[in-house]
Amino acid sequence: MGELRLMKGNEAFAEGAIRAGVDAYFGYPITPQSEVLEYFMAEKPYERTGMVVLQAESEVAAINMVYGAAATGKRAMTSSSSPGVSLKMEGISYMAGAELPGVILNVVRGGPGLGTIQPSQADYFQATKGGGHGDYRLIVLAPSSVQEMFDFVRLAYELTFKYRNPVMLLSDGVIGQMMEKVELADPIPRRTDEDVVRECPWATTGKPASRERNIITSLNLDSAVQEKHNHKLQEKYRKIEETEVRFEEFQCNDAEYLYVAYGSSARIAQKAVQIARAKGIKAGLLRLITLFPFPKTRVAELSGKVKAMLAVEMSAGQMVEDVRLAVAGKVPVEHFGRMGGMVPSPEEVVTALEKKIIGG
Amino acid sequence: MDEKTYNEIVSSENMVYTKTSLMTDKTLSYCPGCGHGTAHRIIMEVVDEMGLQENTIGIAPVGCSVLAYEFMNVDMQQAAHGRAPALATGIKRTWPNKIVFTYQGDGDLAAIGTAETIHACNRGENIIIFFINNGIYGMTGGQMAPTTLPGMKSSTSPYGRDVNMMGYPLKITELVAQLPGTYFVTRQAVHTPSNVRKTKKAVRMAFENQLNKKPGLSFIEIVSNCNSGWKMTPVQANQWMVDNMFPYYPLGDLKVDGVLTMK
Repeated sequence: MGELRLMKGNEAFAEGAIRAGVDAYFGYPITPQSEVLEYFMAEKPYERTGMVVLQAESEVAAINMVYGAAATGKRAMTSSSSPGVSLKMEGISYMAGAELPGVILNVVRGGPGLGTIQPSQADYFQATKGGGHGDYRLIVLAPSSVQEMFDFVRLAYELTFKYRNPVMLLSDGVIGQMMEKVELADPIPRRTDEDVVRECPWATTGKPASRERNIITSLNLDSAVQEKHNHKLQEKYRKIEETEVRFEEFQCNDAEYLYVAYGSSARIAQKAVQIARAKGIKAGLLRLITLFPFPKTRVAELSGKVKAMLAVEMSAGQMVEDVRLAVAGKVPVEHFGRMGGMVPSPEEVVTALEKKIIGG
Repeated sequence: MDEKTYNEIVSSENMVYTKTSLMTDKTLSYCPGCGHGTAHRIIMEVVDEMGLQENTIGIAPVGCSVLAYEFMNVDMQQAAHGRAPALATGIKRTWPNKIVFTYQGDGDLAAIGTAETIHACNRGENIIIFFINNGIYGMTGGQMAPTTLPGMKSSTSPYGRDVNMMGYPLKITELVAQLPGTYFVTRQAVHTPSNVRKTKKAVRMAFENQLNKKPGLSFIEIVSNCNSGWKMTPVQANQWMVDNMFPYYPLGDLKVDGVLTMK
């Protein structure tokens, strides 16, 4: 067993990065994710592993620093919370267009606008449907524990380099701020510069005589070439949808009513399942781990087994649209959510099931 | 009439110039008479002469030189509008032994990218910023730039830049020279052979600064023309630049070896 430590989600993410052999973090303070940058600065990862940490002048600059480092094959990352992630969307779109690896953590807070500093899941559309301009997708992972804030850094780098596509960790203010026990996996050493050059022949690491120059760009002035590039990206997203779906089921085998949730809402819904079962209601939970790719095949299968589904999310109803698309009218799908930084209690989630579905 | 072969004409004794292999054979996308091509060539000649091709990474901006990576035969990245100094920071911080430069126009560097420019300079990033200032947005069709002169006409200041309404042309080079993070700041031009030589000397100094890890950023402004955007012939544009741009943007060094030399 690895070292155990009591940590905040934001801190676990930062420690996870140092131990995942990440090369660089570029950040900017914003509540409720500032502990990421603070943890890095206190930990001095440049002394521990040689990892670069820099506080940028803005979220815009931070994501573009990630772009620059990522385009040389380095493992680069940034983090922010909702208003800051909106600012990063320009750079994220460019990274998707230029097919660059990189990891972005969003510790979501309530919006729109400056909104609130309290937890929310209202950035689901932004994360999973593109967010910036142009046809693109991020791979979106939804940690629901402090442990997963640590573990998913490794998973994110595996995926982001495998597909040369940015990966977003869509967390929220609950997961970022709460403290839990974390098992810290042993560190993976950072790759040497020689490793990077060998593993990333596409990267702009300086042109030797032995190859043509490498160019990282998202620009194609010829529409036919751009369309071809768009098709290539779409093909990649289909491949990701076929290969990388991840989810977890809790008491689904005999479930008559299914909660669908992710992140902190999934933790709350898990408790709601226990309360409902104690009351004699056969409830189950499908917890989404990947939001893109969305587990649509599994949701469709489960729609043949349950009487109804209730999407639980801290938003006006965003993920529920994807659930309904997958269910395609087979069974009723309702939504229960709180907004503005309000976090539902498990009892509220049970009552919602009783009122919106069973009694409805 | 005798037809001479290429090799007979270009014999070693009358070979006076060879195009550097660090400029590709791709036809330049710039208008005839534009200074970009010369600026590109000077930079690539210096990289070539210093043997730095294998260690150099360049950043192209958004603007007329968005396709700089088509012409410069080094590894290059293309940045979002104004963000080149942030990309360069990301590269230099993770590859401190590589040589990193950005190549940016006035709209890119002094309007949308002002924050990235100032803060890269202020952090003293050990990079080079090449700043081509022609006082106009060339690629999008001649709109007003942050460096457009008072009274100067553009498609978005069709009656001339009214400073009461549109503000003043920004002397960003004077501004960054004041920051402790800049090590070498100079303003040059490439419209005459003599100016080309001076500019090339400055470019070489900038690369030497970075190679020798001198503390701070090297910033080279090249005041240039835009005959298409200014709606002039190339010769008229150069003359207009001398008569109007140079008095507002005087040529010369502003800071050398970290010491201010500007008046």
